[in-house]
Amino acid sequence: MARDVILATDGLTMEFKGFRAVNGVKLEVERGTIHALIGPNGAGKTTCFNLLTKFLIPTAGTIRYKDKDITGMRAADVARLGLVRSFQISAVFPHLTVTENVRIALQRRLRGDSFDFWRPEKVLRALDGEALALVEAVGLSDFADSLAVELSYGRKRALEIATTLALDPEMLLLDEPMAGMGHEDVDRTAQLIRRVSKDRTILMVEHNLSVVASLSDRITVLARGQVLAEGDYATVSKDPRVVEAYIGAGHA
Amino acid sequence: MADTAAIDVAPIAAALPTRRDDKALHRMIFVGIALLLIAAPLVLYPVYLMKVLCFALFALAFNLLLGYGGLLSFGHAAYFGMASYLCAYTAKHLGFTPELAILSGTATAAVLGLIFGSLAIRRQGIYFSMITLALAQMAFFFSLQAKFTGGEDGIQAVPRGNLFGVFSLADDRAMYAVVCVVFMAGMLLIYRIIHSPFGQVLKAIRDNEPRAISLGYRANQYKLAVFVLSATLAGLAGSTKAIVFQLASLTDVHWSMSGEVVLMTLVGGMGTVFGPIVGALVIVTMETYLAQFGAWVTIIQGCVFVLCVLLFREGIIGLVAKLIRKPL
Repeated sequence: MARDVILATDGLTMEFKGFRAVNGVKLEVERGTIHALIGPNGAGKTTCFNLLTKFLIPTAGTIRYKDKDITGMRAADVARLGLVRSFQISAVFPHLTVTENVRIALQRRLRGDSFDFWRPEKVLRALDGEALALVEAVGLSDFADSLAVELSYGRKRALEIATTLALDPEMLLLDEPMAGMGHEDVDRTAQLIRRVSKDRTILMVEHNLSVVASLSDRITVLARGQVLAEGDYATVSKDPRVVEAYIGAGHA
Repeated sequence: MADTAAIDVAPIAAALPTRRDDKALHRMIFVGIALLLIAAPLVLYPVYLMKVLCFALFALAFNLLLGYGGLLSFGHAAYFGMASYLCAYTAKHLGFTPELAILSGTATAAVLGLIFGSLAIRRQGIYFSMITLALAQMAFFFSLQAKFTGGEDGIQAVPRGNLFGVFSLADDRAMYAVVCVVFMAGMLLIYRIIHSPFGQVLKAIRDNEPRAISLGYRANQYKLAVFVLSATLAGLAGSTKAIVFQLASLTDVHWSMSGEVVLMTLVGGMGTVFGPIVGALVIVTMETYLAQFGAWVTIIQGCVFVLCVLLFREGIIGLVAKLIRKPL
């Protein structure tokens, strides 16, 4: 049975002055799945993530997205192909309103580049309806005209998700979506991720193995920059090397 | 992102969202400024007013880059000064009419902005500022050495000429009318840029560059575009000043001019629409009316600046905007 791979890396390596943060990682993400990349602290998850989103350029190896080599592409251009990332710290535009935050993403998707400095802002009002619908979808209607800087942490994350969804990406890369969240927020975010995963592929980096247990179809465990194990939760959680890596790291 | 912002350029005053009724308020202020410009020469010297207007336009152009692009250029004198040289040269030696001379000066600033900008935007934060300063210093030494600039003497006795070859600008009142039109046009253009689809992307990049990139915006192209726009408008201000004072000199390309425009913008209110105008008014007035104190002007200016930063970090207009809870 042929696997439908949307994102693949081969021999992905990132070296920082002699230290290999990511060492020959081979990763294959199947279309339409939720794939989790986990590992203890310092395993190279975030570096790996930054390589995939082109915020870092790998020292060796290739990255292919939809059978296209994107290894040398710029971050903004990868986003234009429908491969969109989130950030660990809630990434909003603090001095724009909630609606404007979402609209800026719609503006890119529907208008392309906006170098038209001579046109009035009015031309963007056509996007307001769709922006407000997205704002409502994440439960921020009451804050539509507030500045993003005034939102609480949880709401900023919701706004970030609405902004990302405005791009209607084919594949989402989530960087520790649950980082810094309380229990209730974790459940709510998990539901939100499951909801947006419909018709989309998601690759998420997570620190916590149990958080991704119910959510992911497939898990890749990284340790010291290399792939330690891969499979579904049942397989991975029983793997003695994984158990050792986690407990070893926990007691170090 | 330790190197993205060496200076906190997120403006405090402009943080208030602009709503539709705020735009009505802005329109009223624009009308008010126009009326003031008509009435002012009845009480004040036109030459002093023209100086204020030229520097106000310069500061507005600078604020477009700093307040809305989040980029602190420390070499804006290069665009202001080189434009004034080219304008003075074409008016005096090539016999250009004033509007053509101003256009050629402005175009020079645009080209210079494109070259310097494309080098500088490759770095961020303090490194960006240092590159703009270094490039501006090169422009200064070029002006000092090149033949056409007249070295230490500058280009003197530039003819004001006849506008469109018809209207003589020799009279200060005629000149004043032209400067008012240039100023109003420049100010309204900058207002439009800020409130355009382009301006919206610009503010997003200023607020969070990596996020804007992840949405698919090629941030560097936007930064370069606003850099060129800012340099061009600074050049328009410098060219106009050369015609008004019939002089282009090293003062206008000197690094202290770059510092002065930073001062005007900060005193008036960075990231506000009207702040730079007030800042320019304050600084030029101090220089003009305190001139009798000689070197003390610099010290008084320094004290004013320190007081400003200590008492109202958001500048005069920024403070007013905060008090009335409306973006200005």
